[in-house]
Parts: sequence; C-alpha cells; structure tokens
Amino acid sequence: MSSGLVTGLYLVAGILFIRSLGGLSRQDTAQRGNLYGMIGMVLAVLGTAAIITGGHAVMMGALVGGGVVGAVLAQRVAMTSMPELVAILHSFVGLAAVLVGFAAYLSPDAHLTGAEKIIHEVEIFLGVLVGAVTFTGSVVAFGKLRGSISSKPLLLPARHLVNATMIAVSALLLVPFVQGPGTSGLWALGVMTAIASVLGVHLVMAIGGADMPVVVSLLNSYSGWAAAAAGFMLQNDLLIITGALVGSSGAILSIIMCRAMNRSILSVVFGGFGTAEGAAPAAGAKPSGDVKSTDVAGVAKLLLEAKSVIVVPGYGMAVAQAQHPLYEVATLLRKRGTTMRFAIHPVAGRLPGHMNVLLAEAKVPYDIVLEMDEINQDFPATDVVLVIGANDIVNPSAQDDVSSPIYGMPVLEVWKAKTTIVTKRGMAAGYAGIDNPLFFHERTQMLFGDAKKSVDGILGALKAELG
Amino acid sequence: MKVGIPREIGLGERRVAATPETTRRLILLGFEVVIEAGAGELASFQDADYEAAGASIAPDAASVWSGVDVVLKVRPPEAIEGGGHEVELLREGAALICFVWPSKNPELLAMLSTRKATVLAMDQIPRITRAQKMDALSSMANIAGYRAVIEAASFFGRFFTGQMTAAGKVPPAKVLVIGAGVAGLAAIGAARSLGAIVRAFDTRPGVKEQIESMGAEFLDLDFEEDAAGEGGYAKEMSPAFIAAEMALFAEQARDVDIIITTALIPGRPAPVLITPEMVESMRKGSVIVDLAAENGGNCALTQPGKVQAHRGVTIIGYVDLPSRLAPTASQLYGANLCHMLADMGGAKAWHIDMEDEVVRGALIMKDGEITWPPPRREKPAEPAAQPRSPSSRPGARPASVRPAPKAADHHAAPRVAVPAWPLLTAACAIAAASHFAPSGFVAHLTVFVLACFVGWQVVWNVTPALHTPLMSVTNAVSGIILIGGMLKVSGPIGHPATIIAAVAILLAAINVAGGFLVTQRMLKMFIRSDGDKGGH
Repeated sequence: MSSGLVTGLYLVAGILFIRSLGGLSRQDTAQRGNLYGMIGMVLAVLGTAAIITGGHAVMMGALVGGGVVGAVLAQRVAMTSMPELVAILHSFVGLAAVLVGFAAYLSPDAHLTGAEKIIHEVEIFLGVLVGAVTFTGSVVAFGKLRGSISSKPLLLPARHLVNATMIAVSALLLVPFVQGPGTSGLWALGVMTAIASVLGVHLVMAIGGADMPVVVSLLNSYSGWAAAAAGFMLQNDLLIITGALVGSSGAILSIIMCRAMNRSILSVVFGGFGTAEGAAPAAGAKPSGDVKSTDVAGVAKLLLEAKSVIVVPGYGMAVAQAQHPLYEVATLLRKRGTTMRFAIHPVAGRLPGHMNVLLAEAKVPYDIVLEMDEINQDFPATDVVLVIGANDIVNPSAQDDVSSPIYGMPVLEVWKAKTTIVTKRGMAAGYAGIDNPLFFHERTQMLFGDAKKSVDGILGALKAELG
Repeated sequence: MKVGIPREIGLGERRVAATPETTRRLILLGFEVVIEAGAGELASFQDADYEAAGASIAPDAASVWSGVDVVLKVRPPEAIEGGGHEVELLREGAALICFVWPSKNPELLAMLSTRKATVLAMDQIPRITRAQKMDALSSMANIAGYRAVIEAASFFGRFFTGQMTAAGKVPPAKVLVIGAGVAGLAAIGAARSLGAIVRAFDTRPGVKEQIESMGAEFLDLDFEEDAAGEGGYAKEMSPAFIAAEMALFAEQARDVDIIITTALIPGRPAPVLITPEMVESMRKGSVIVDLAAENGGNCALTQPGKVQAHRGVTIIGYVDLPSRLAPTASQLYGANLCHMLADMGGAKAWHIDMEDEVVRGALIMKDGEITWPPPRREKPAEPAAQPRSPSSRPGARPASVRPAPKAADHHAAPRVAVPAWPLLTAACAIAAASHFAPSGFVAHLTVFVLACFVGWQVVWNVTPALHTPLMSVTNAVSGIILIGGMLKVSGPIGHPATIIAAVAILLAAINVAGGFLVTQRMLKMFIRSDGDKGGH
C-alpha cells in the first residue's frame, strides 16, 4: 500500500476521533460519537498494518489477546467501579508509552544522526518520563479508588522539594542519555524511568480521596501527552493528533473539576489540599443547635405531600448502591404527578460525571438529571430535598463562613428548600473534615443509617402509604 | 435574664413583639419573660395564654420597661399619651430590640443615649444568608403584600377569578404589580391564588424568573438597563428608561383593574410611577394599593394612611398593612426576635459580639455610645460575585429567591475564548524550533498545536453528564499508542525491541477494546423520560 493512502487513512481516522469527542457533547449523539471512535481506531490499525514490514503474526496475537481481555473487562465491570476501571486503563496507556519509548530506543532500524538524533532521543526521553508518571500514578489512583491504599493524603515533609529534586535529576540524566552513542544511554533511560515512577507514586499518594475526580482527569490528560510524545518520536501524525486531543480533553476536565472545588490546579497537582498550608480546617465557629432526626415513615409522608422534590446524590449513594431503590421512589412519585428531579454537583463521586452514569444505570431518565447551575435557583421553590450520601457539596459554610476551608466553593443550595432531608450514617464530618451547618439547620431533618437501607425503607413506607 | 414585652402604644398598632408561642421559645432559650397586661389583646392573644406559656404578667408599662434586661418591641419608642416618653421608662444600661429607623429618628437616638442603652435595630439587620431567619423587614413585607391584595379585593366590586355561571360569564380581574420584591412577590402569589390574571414589572430584569415562578406574566420593557444596584437594591434609572417605563404603565392602566405598587429606592422618596392621568384612564371601580405610601407613594394621588376615591378609582394608602394582620405579623416578628436572641447566645451566653456580622449590623448603640452606621466590612474574595440575598423594602425580593449564581456557570467563558498566551507561546516555540530543528519536527509540532486547539474547542462542549463516558472514550482513543507498538514490532522475533513492542500492543489493545465497549455500555443506559434511547 502506498504511503499516500496510509496518510489518507490516518487523516480520516483523526477526523473521526475529533467527531467522536464532538458527538459526546449531547446524549442523543453520544453513541454515534463512540461508533466514530471505533471506526477511526480500526482504520488506524489497518493503515499501520499495511506499512509495517513484518511481525504481523506477533502483532495479531497481541491485538487479539489484548482485545479479548479488554472486552471481558468492559462487560464485567460494575458501574460503581468505573473510576477504578478508568484509572487502571490509564496505567496501561502509560506503561505502553514507556514500552514504546524503550522499543524505539532499542529498535534496530534507527539510523539517525546529528540534530535529528538528539531530537529523537529527547522525544523518547520525554515520552518515557510522562508515560512512567502516568503508569505508576494511575496504579496508585486505582489502589486508592478500590480502597486497597488509604485514601488519606500521604504528606512527606518537604515533599515539594522531593518532587523538584526528582524532576531535576531526571532532567540531568537527559545529558548522558543523549550523548551516549548507539544504545549505550540505556542506563540513563532506565534510571530516569525508575525516578519518574517514584514521582508518579508520590504525586498521587499526596492527593486525598475526594480530589480523585481531578486526579483521574489529570492522569487522563497525562496519558494523552504520553501518546503525543510517542507520536513525535515515531514521527507519526495520527499519534500526535490523538494524543493532543486526549491531553486537552483531560486538561479541560481537570479545570472544570478544580473550578467546582474553587481550587487552583497547582494545589491539586502538588497535593496536600486542606491539610497543611492555608488555614487549618475547622477554625471557624462550630455550628451548634439541635439536630432533628426523622424516620423513613416521616420522610415518606413529606414526600407524598410535596409537589416538587429534588434528590442530591453523593459518593455515599454510590458506595451503598442506593440508586436502584431511588429510581423506584422517583418513579412512584412521578406517577403521582410530583415534580421529581436530580441535582448533580460537578465533583460528586470519584469521577467526573460519575453520578450521571450511576443514575443512568438505574434507568433514571437523563432529562430530569440536572447540573448545579441549571437547578440551583430552583431550591427555594422546592418542597423537599433529599440529600443521599453527600456532605461537602451541600455545605452552606462555602457561602457564608469566610473562615471555612471550603469558602468560595460553589455548592448546591439545598438549605433554601422548604424541607431538607439528609441521609447519613452518623454525624461525622465530610472529606474536607469540616462541620456542616446544614445538619443543624432549622429546616433540615436527618435520616440516620446506611443510604441503601434508608432509601429501601422510604420506598417501603411509600408503598405502604399508597396501598 | 429577663426580657420584657410592653404593650405597643402607637396609634392603630395591633402587633405585639411576642406571642404565646414565641414566649415558649424565649423561655427555652433561658429567658424569664415579662408581658405587660393586655399587650397581646389587639392581636387576639390573651394574658392567660401568655401565662400558660410561662410568662409573668406585669400590671403596667413602667414595671415592664424598668424591670427587665432586654425590652422587645415592634415600633420605635414613642411619647406616651398624657406625658412622658417610653425611653424614660427604660432602665439605665438595659437593651432594647425593635424597629428603630435610625436615619429618620436622630432625636430618639439622643434620648436613648442618655439612658446608656444598648439598642439593636431590627430594620438594620444585614441581608446575608445567615440572617434570613431574623429578617423582620422581609417578614413584614411578605404580610404587606398579601394584605394589599385582600384590601384591594374588599374595595373591588367584582370577582378576582373568572367564572362561567348559569347566569352568564364573569371575566377575571387583571392585576398589575409594580416592583417584585418580597412584598410584590407575595402580592402576586395572593392575587394568583384568588384567580386573577397577574402581570408584574420590575426594573431589575433578573427577577423575571421569580415573577414567572409565582405565576405572573413579566412585562418586558424593550430597553437595556439593569437596575440591580448595590446589594441587590434597585437604583435610580436613566430618564430614557423612566420614559419607557411610564409609557408601559400608562398603557397598562387602561387595561388592568387593580394596581399594586411596591417600588422603593433606599434613602430616597418613593418614585412617582402612577400619574393622575393614568388614574383617570382606569375603569371606574378600579383599585390602586400603594405600598410605598409611607415614603410619599408611587401614585401621585396617594394620601398616606387613607383610602380615597378619585373619579371612581379607589386609592388605598394604608401604612399599617402588617398591623392589619396582627396575629400573623406578631408571630413572624416574634420568631425573628427569637432567632436574634438565640444568635446572641440566649440567656446563658448573652453577649454583644462585635465580630458577628449580623449583630454588628443591627447594633446601633452600645451602652449609650452610638455605633451606627457600622463600618463597612471588607469581604475577602466574594466567591465569584454571587448576588447574595439582595432586597429592598417592600420593593425587595425575598431573600430566599435568588438568581442562579454565575459562579457555577463554569463552561461558558472558556468555550469562547482561548487565552492568547498559550497560542503566542506555541507560535514562538515553532518559530524558534524551525531555526535549528529539522523541518519534519516543525511540521509535527504544528500538527500537535493545531490538535490541542481542536481538542480544546471540542471538549468544552461536552455536557457534564457525559464526563465519565468522555473519559472512557478518550481512554480508548489514547490506546492509539498501539500504533506506536506496531511500528516497532517488525524487527526480528526475539529482539528486545520486538518483545517490548508486542507487550505495548497487548496493553494498548486492552485499552482500546475495554474503553470503547464500556463506553457503549454506559451510553446505552442514558434514556430520556419518554423512553427514547440516545443516539440513533
């Protein structure tokens, strides 16, 4: 096959990838978008298979093997485990980028000299660096999301200095790597890979559990940059384009998530939010007052009397898998003519858009699932708000307590509704470690217990009331 | 600590600063409550009810004023009929909480100062979220708005609601509400629930949604000027705007049956919005209720405190609308006071906290020293300029109904504007690279920058609901790195490069298959309520 035809195929694949991301902008075009992505990938693989001179058998074996494993993973994964799956897939891209870098360096067919050789090797170096950080960072993120690594931030003393030193040493290693003739710079590449791996671990270890949406989207971004770097080293435009697309996509998601937490991206990248620098948490006055607790029968009664209800789900809903009974509650009330909607905070859950996926899995129609800025002005006219397993994203301190560590973070203004019901296991503070005056609000009632059991109970009570 | 509630002596005042229910709450806060005999009479609360709630009854005003630590009142202290002044009865050093209107009553402040009093003005409570439960002005404005409709209905000779009867058809009444603050919105709600057709106007276009949410039609003025002044209060408008506004009112006056005006600009006389000509153009039997009567009136013909007819149109200028709903007004005001006292520590931890924004705002005198107006407080980094709980009196919007915060509007701005500096940096980098790097590299760099730009543009459009599918699809797409592996797999089998490349392909293939398939699985779950599946 002529290289012109391959270039054409690559161009088509690149356009399909762009259309794929474009299709995701709306629910009704999203599936088509995904299809474009698949076609693009097939074209890219076919085009590449046509130009390589050998190794087709090995390639096919690896492709089929990987494909089968991926397909099985995709079928088996529970929607609540999406964050873990995404994180581990990022680590594969990172590792693949490292391997491609090494392969490119060791590859027997590289005969470059002068500036071209230097640029080529710098590209390899960068690709491997980003790939290694992505790889180990994603593995740690995976561990944190699964709970096998503590989600508490690990804060070493002088950790910024440690990071800076690691980056500086890696940069210095570039010199012997580039100067070494042939493949004699391999040791420098290896040492740098080890350092970058430690760096990736350290960066993500320093980030706390509720910052995971940002971390996962950052790693998403890194995996894109790693692919783009591989494109540079292999002089492959399709890799560059795709890597850049993924890189900017992840960067944008990270920015959206950071804004939703009123945080600078740097404070998340370098970790340790809300723990050391800045004001110590809980410096402000402790909210005081009575906590009114209620029971499922009381909640059911309120829901039956309400004309409009908004549900605010949080990570607690995901943990308890409460979305299915919640869907039944919603259906029951909607049949009675109650206006029933769901309000999603951008950082609810552990992945951007995590709550939307869980609600979609429970068959909640997406047109009653609204974003924070679509629904925030509707709370005052709402009779009952049901907060399921959310805490910091509904904390009024973010608006009126200047001393609060989360002051300035946009929050769902649930306390403005006529009644707010909060399901919660106990009176523990949220991730940010600060008290929530919402629980003491005069119009708030607390429903203590596991989210799933509570929602099941509400559903039972509703059914009993309705006969 | 003792709190005392004297009988209101203002002419026609029916309210009282505590009801039996709020008395119970005061006692729960640890206070001893003393009520002047007959204080609740005009609001339909008997002394026996207060006693049952745990209060003690004092025989006369003097024993209440002089025997307690905190006096709770509705109206500012007044001269007593037959000699003397309420302030003179106040024990030296005691606290007084009531409406004060300090800017209108400088002599009153001077008198209070001689008693070394500590005075908190319920009309000076800052309008912040935390203070909503103490916001007596909103409570009273809400009542005034409701009562305005009731007054209008009693003078209006027709039904509010339209009816089809056996004897024929009765058309519904048309009501125009000017100014959609707390009072205006309450009036809209009351008129709507009586069945009238309600239209409303406000100089602040931001309140359109609130008006519509109450079921009224928002009258649009084809004119660009936002009246949202400082703290959400309305501000004075340009002459051109006022001309357009007056034309609208003149047109409406010919059409509607009832006009309720609630327009106030803080610190100024009420704007005149209804001219005598407009009144004369209204149908006979129409009614105007002027809630701004106390400040001069929105209607040129209003006489404060009076009802009068002008060429068949009734103009109501009552200034005591909340007092005309005395039990409810007393209950809400009393509850506002309870919240205030609770905020100040109750009886056990009673203190004047100068750092508390609410207390500091309301405090106009401490131990005889005038502390009003409070110093302006520097707000550290207002979170993305949210208008907070803005309002003006009766022309105020309810503190609980607020426009959506712009802060949350996170993907509006960047979608349009890509900051200039990254582009410039990229251009410079390419220019610099082209000097010493091979041309192939420069071409790749150009492609890279363009692709970043395209990605930036495309991804901002993704709806937040699809962020998880976006991540998994980009994840699958980043599996494109398998091409990298493919390009390096062609060497001899057994060569380290070939083996490494094969592993890379394997990993990337997991990503590609896993990413696309799981995205497909997720997207299939997104369904609309009409059952339509996404994407066909």
